[in-house]
Amino acid sequence: MAAPRVTIQTADFDLGAEVAALRAGDPGVGAVASFVGTVRDRNGGQGVQAMELEHYPGMTEKAIEAMIDAALQRFDIRAARVIHRVGALRPLDQIVLVAVTSAHRGAAFQACEFLMDYLKTQAPFWKKEHTPEGACWVDARVSDDAALARWGIAAGNAGPAP
Amino acid sequence: MKVRVRYFASIREALGAGETLELPADATVALARATLIERGGAHAAALAHGKALRHALDQVLCDESARLAEGAELAFFPPVTGG
Repeated sequence: MAAPRVTIQTADFDLGAEVAALRAGDPGVGAVASFVGTVRDRNGGQGVQAMELEHYPGMTEKAIEAMIDAALQRFDIRAARVIHRVGALRPLDQIVLVAVTSAHRGAAFQACEFLMDYLKTQAPFWKKEHTPEGACWVDARVSDDAALARWGIAAGNAGPAP
Repeated sequence: MKVRVRYFASIREALGAGETLELPADATVALARATLIERGGAHAAALAHGKALRHALDQVLCDESARLAEGAELAFFPPVTGG
């Protein structure tokens, strides 16, 4: 059975183990690019004590699978892996992993950024931050829509619908 | 026809996890939203026109003109903030 490309989990992940698994047995790989997103202790000047991540089970996995298919079509890459955590998280915790393998570095760098930009605005996750002033849902950022627009894709998330 | 409505994040906190909605055949997402808003109260506030809201039909993002079918799963949620 093929290794999963997308996992949504409450547990932490091990970047080294995931990269090793992604490139295992593929001597055509000459480059691995990875991105790990982590929980900051501040957002917009407010202290963040904890965070909760909610998702839409089923849709989230399908949406990210479709993003990986899009990355495989668009870039000369060999494999990609996405892990996103949900549930209760605290500052310093890892939230998300994107890892991509390719023959040469350019495609791996690009596809890794493409997948993160895509995920930020099109995968159904929602963050709720707990601060000394109380809990509040994080607002979507227009800058994340702009990041996806660089790839020629209209996000329509934070900004007005296309 | 009946469709299954689901809510997430701030909208789930206001309206609960979801409900079943009776709609005329060939109804659109826009009509479903308007029907829910007509109930007033928490529905009118959470789904108000002009509020940033996204929707998915059968677990795929869609726009308000998308047509629903019997048994469809329609989700309303705020802009996404993962990653």
